Amino acid sequence: MAFALTPEREQEVDDILTRYPERRAALLPVLWLCQRQNGWISPEVVEYVAERLELSTAIIKGVVTFYTMFFDEPVGENVVWVCRTLSCDLRGGKAIQDHLEKKLGCTAGHTSSDGKFTVLKAECLAACGQAPMVQINDYYYENLNVEQLDRILDAHATKGGEAAAAEFSTFASFGSPRGSGGGSATSAPPPPTKEAVRLASQPPPPGDTTGEDA
Amino acid sequence: MTGPIEPLLTSRYGIEESWKLANAERAGAYEVARRALTSRPPAELREEVKKANIRGRGGAGFPAGVKWGFLNRQEGEQIYLVINADESEPGTFKDRSIMDLDPHRLVEGAIISCFAIDAHVAYIYVRGELAFSVNRLEQAIAEARQAGYLGERPFGIDHPIEVHVHSGAGAYICGEETALLNSLEGRRGEPRLKPPFPAVKGAFGMPTIVNNVETIASVPDIVEMGGEAWSALGRLPGDGGVRIYGVSGHVKNPGLFEAPVGITMRELIDDYAGGMLGGRPLKAVIPGGSSTPVLDPRRMVDAPNEDHPLHKWHDQSEIDVPMGVDTYRALGTMLGTCCAIVMDDTVNMVEACRNLMRFYKHESCGQCTPCREGTGWLVDVLDNLCTGRGKPEDVDLLVNISNNMMGNTICAFADGTAMPMLGMVQKFREEFMDAAIHGLPDGVRHDDSVRSMVEGGA
Repeated sequence: MAFALTPEREQEVDDILTRYPERRAALLPVLWLCQRQNGWISPEVVEYVAERLELSTAIIKGVVTFYTMFFDEPVGENVVWVCRTLSCDLRGGKAIQDHLEKKLGCTAGHTSSDGKFTVLKAECLAACGQAPMVQINDYYYENLNVEQLDRILDAHATKGGEAAAAEFSTFASFGSPRGSGGGSATSAPPPPTKEAVRLASQPPPPGDTTGEDA
Repeated sequence: MTGPIEPLLTSRYGIEESWKLANAERAGAYEVARRALTSRPPAELREEVKKANIRGRGGAGFPAGVKWGFLNRQEGEQIYLVINADESEPGTFKDRSIMDLDPHRLVEGAIISCFAIDAHVAYIYVRGELAFSVNRLEQAIAEARQAGYLGERPFGIDHPIEVHVHSGAGAYICGEETALLNSLEGRRGEPRLKPPFPAVKGAFGMPTIVNNVETIASVPDIVEMGGEAWSALGRLPGDGGVRIYGVSGHVKNPGLFEAPVGITMRELIDDYAGGMLGGRPLKAVIPGGSSTPVLDPRRMVDAPNEDHPLHKWHDQSEIDVPMGVDTYRALGTMLGTCCAIVMDDTVNMVEACRNLMRFYKHESCGQCTPCREGTGWLVDVLDNLCTGRGKPEDVDLLVNISNNMMGNTICAFADGTAMPMLGMVQKFREEFMDAAIHGLPDGVRHDDSVRSMVEGGA
């Protein structure tokens, strides 16, 4: 069946097109809109984008296959990216991946049998100071241990991704000792609805070594 | 060691809901932009940035003021500002904090910079994973437009400025400035041949300045304080100001710290990051993202000649040399993004190296044969070493492959792979030889010193 964006998203495409001097530059933003609606970039989505942006399907497939975040096959309801690059691995990234795989019953690169979670290995996600971490859909979950990870996955399974994010997701923190910072509880996008972020707002002054020795 | 500095770049991080315009403005946001646009000629602003000696904060350390000076607009051309927020260098997590906690500082920097270089449109290219940061930026831009700081007449002057956020979709190479431009234009993120450089032909074939997030976020302070005064905050000649340092890995307090340019790695680890986790010995530190060759605290600077740039630190540990673009280059490494990965004595360097080389294999765009094949070969050889299938010649093979990657490709990705690989073998050769002869012990991993913390009772 042919793919079409919702009228609101169509409006957004028109707005996106005004930002660039060339139509083709809208390709990544439009693919994002399509994937948010459809879950993945299906052949029908490729056809739609080709027509909307006046590009050949070959060009679109070339772009889709270049970027790791565009899915060219269906994925689970939630996509869990577990960071395994060095900073996370030094702080237990492998333990987090092992636990994920055990709990969800599928290895990285696969989807759990209930279709709720796809597990993927990620390269560095720019959260190295809050390692180990995972990204689930649009949200980061940092300073993890396995108990916390269990709570996050259970929240996804029982309350859904947005509710889980509102309760557990994190955004950037600053100089915060492990376990006390990272902040939590936002929901974006759409805009954050609840900001319970707790920040260690200043770097510890030089000489201050009061951080917890974990 | 000196006392803590008054924060500049991060001064608003601790404010409640610092990302909202009203809160940021109460703490001074947009005052500099207002004064700059309404009362200062663009050439004067460019001069301040030049005098500030700000070395690009994205990793290469090129002086931003000099880069701006390369613009030479021809008839009928328009200039673009592109802000590189594709923060992906392993170990690096500083730009995300600016976007999440003080997006208005970046927008204000973008407004001043656009005015200074005579651009009317800025694109902020954010890596696709940072959907949250994209959202924060989009809200900040909407607020600034609503307030009349962006749009047809920012602060009432006749110089239209628009700032747009462009989201990537997962590709480390898009942090390379010409790959980023291709990605911005809706193409695969493959680097372009240079010349022409972006300042001559960049986004959409137009002259373009590509700067890192932290560089642009520093512009308001530079303009406010004056370039010379801002430069003097740093402790090194020709490398000015303050910057955001990051520390990850085996330290007590991983995180971000604002400090002057020119503190030492030892200060960063011990005084800012609280020292080593569990008091374990420091084995090695990757100073500024995974592409920067590793430092070994046991190695002493060898600069007996008085005219050597590091003579002052002769016979001192590598980690006691001040962190600057030029000092670190003289040390045979790079300052990069100034975000350090710290490793304690439980880490096996061959295994750590394999982890990073897998990253490069995964992220090579595949255009150039030495990089596409070389990154794969490095991983194959390291796999053999780690699994007991290696032989002593393999250590030199790693060196040989690296040497044949360097300088033979369109962009610096291959160099950024080969340099840390060579550094690892040079500084930890015995460990590589040991792995080549004996393999690694079963079950060797990087996180032995933290596992009980992560796994708890589970």
